[in-house]
Amino acid sequence: MSKGKYGIHGGQYTPETLMNAIIEVEKAYEHYKNDPAFQAELTELLNDYAGRPSRLYYARKMTADLGGAKIYLKREDLNHTGSHKINNVLGQALLAKKMGKTRLIAETGAGQHGVATATAAALMGFECEIFMGKEDTDRQALNVYRMRLLGATVHVVTSGTMTLKDAVNETFREWTTRIDDTHYVLGSVMGPHPFPEMVRDFQSVISKEAREQILKKEGKLPNAVIACVGGGSNAIGAFYNFIPDAEVRLIGCEAAGCGVDTEQHAATIARGSLGIFHGMKSYFCQDEYGQIAPVYSISAGLDYPGIGPEHAHLHDTKRAEYVPITDDEAVAAFEYLSRTEGIIPAIESAHAIAYAMVLAPTMKPEEIIIVNVSGRGDKDVAAIARYKGENIYE
Amino acid sequence: MNNRSASNSIETNKISEIFSNQKAFIAFLTAGDPSLDKTEEFILAMDAAGADLIEIGIPFSDPIAEGPVIEAANERALSAGTTTDAIFEMVARVRTRTAIPLVFLTYMNPVFVYGVERFFTACQKNGINGIIIPDLPFEEKGEILSVAQAHDVDVITLIAPTSQDRIQMLAREATGFIYLVSSLGVTGVRSEIKTDLAAIVSDIRAVTQTPVAVGFGIATPEQATTISKLADGIIVGSAIVRLIAEHGAASTPILTDYVRKMKAALV
Ligand SMILES: Cc1ncc(COP(=O)(O)O)c(C=O)c1O
Repeated sequence: MSKGKYGIHGGQYTPETLMNAIIEVEKAYEHYKNDPAFQAELTELLNDYAGRPSRLYYARKMTADLGGAKIYLKREDLNHTGSHKINNVLGQALLAKKMGKTRLIAETGAGQHGVATATAAALMGFECEIFMGKEDTDRQALNVYRMRLLGATVHVVTSGTMTLKDAVNETFREWTTRIDDTHYVLGSVMGPHPFPEMVRDFQSVISKEAREQILKKEGKLPNAVIACVGGGSNAIGAFYNFIPDAEVRLIGCEAAGCGVDTEQHAATIARGSLGIFHGMKSYFCQDEYGQIAPVYSISAGLDYPGIGPEHAHLHDTKRAEYVPITDDEAVAAFEYLSRTEGIIPAIESAHAIAYAMVLAPTMKPEEIIIVNVSGRGDKDVAAIARYKGENIYE
Repeated sequence: MNNRSASNSIETNKISEIFSNQKAFIAFLTAGDPSLDKTEEFILAMDAAGADLIEIGIPFSDPIAEGPVIEAANERALSAGTTTDAIFEMVARVRTRTAIPLVFLTYMNPVFVYGVERFFTACQKNGINGIIIPDLPFEEKGEILSVAQAHDVDVITLIAPTSQDRIQMLAREATGFIYLVSSLGVTGVRSEIKTDLAAIVSDIRAVTQTPVAVGFGIATPEQATTISKLADGIIVGSAIVRLIAEHGAASTPILTDYVRKMKAALV
């Protein structure tokens, strides 16, 4: 029987060699998610080590400037290591420890998930190997060095399109080769069951906090929650506890690169179709023969041809909306938030900011938007300078 | 029951027949590497040299179970413009010349996106006898099983060194043959195979008569001899694909020679 379904999406499309490993993770997670001692240990790590809860910040200047809905920023950029990725990594690393694993492997796109994994490995005493596409080691060089500082080995992936999808391929291959002592810390709400569910649960702390914070500050729920979507982990984390609140619009921002009418985008919902890849049934950018498309975005973290199965289902049921945001719009938002609020967002998160800039002016002043700032932009500064035609050293 | 096949094509042999009274040699190659015309020529040459079944890889952009050798073949084939439709046409041409069982190896997405019904209808029409899909485990085989069966295509079961308590569940429902994966990791030539294959084979034999062929890492006649003692057949992929990578369009005599040697080494 097929497990981990979200409507027609999800499942466990994994080679037989990995099935027992995946079942082992599933059983361990089923056990520990209801274990108060595990949850207490995780909460302590999230709070004392990663700096949770993250702030819900009222962006007063941005709100006044855009002249519409009140804008709140959920500050995942303030977490230790600089993004939401640490929420998931601490959960999986703790689980791996309980499972007796001694080695963590992971893919990374922007390098934020790799840095978070290398960090948890340093903290908890795991060996750590990170797989990252050559395109991404070039454009996110700072994070490559951070991972090495933290004691991880970084493998540069030169197969296929040399980006996130190929890093995922290579990490699966590595896991198939060495299973007994190794846990694959998948970085988003994708892959075979139980990863989409487990990663969502670990990230749902974002909306658990945000919902309490906004009720305390405003005495009411937001009208919209906006987040960027690569695989979809920060977005599902920001959406999850608002899903039952039907009046809250949930909006995911996909990377449209040079535009959804060009070949150069990573807009899975706008341009993808149903497929089965990387362990899951979901939407993918692909051709008529099911060959996965070589996608593009300025943002290494959103440069992925698929989307997590729960998002695919939220799209099917129309509970969430997905909008494409181009490179140009994201870069403009990156600069806007930096100058307006003194917050340099990750270029991934800038995709969500960009849509808030479109949406807020169309809404009333008593309405509220929460934007998830999934990460900070230090890693992107050199790349944005290059995009603007300035060659600086990192 | 034999495959119903297109007009003027040859009635194909059943997969199970290749294992009666002999050890089987199963040869893999990637369709379209370096061209579909050459794939056709290589299949016929390997058939004539003694191969008992040909596994034809439908190239995929992201073959996660493959090592660098077959991954590179997938990239070459796709760069040459190979499509699923053109592969079916090539198979139809092969079928006018030989009765050898033909099995596809590909990933779930090319089959799913082509359309499961449409894909297996084309398999039956063009004389494909089985399919191997590395990223379709037992738990998900409902995705294709009934359709494949309705079109007389065996969905080949893979059993891995890590299958352990799953072995008998998997083996019990296997048809055609069982693909026993010799080692952890991805495809590729290996100097040593350490898995206790005999133990796995005996677990399998306890629940099914379906023949067992061992693949992953086998390249030399010595390995062929050792492994064939434990099983009903062997599968060779990367070693063949490596020869094709080296010799390109001129591979035919080299493949003929290689397949003859490997087949002769089976005991
Ligand atoms: C800051 C940041 N935001 C978002 C993402 C995209 O991932 P996801 O969609 O899983 O949140 C990444 C991935 O690298 C990231 O680093």
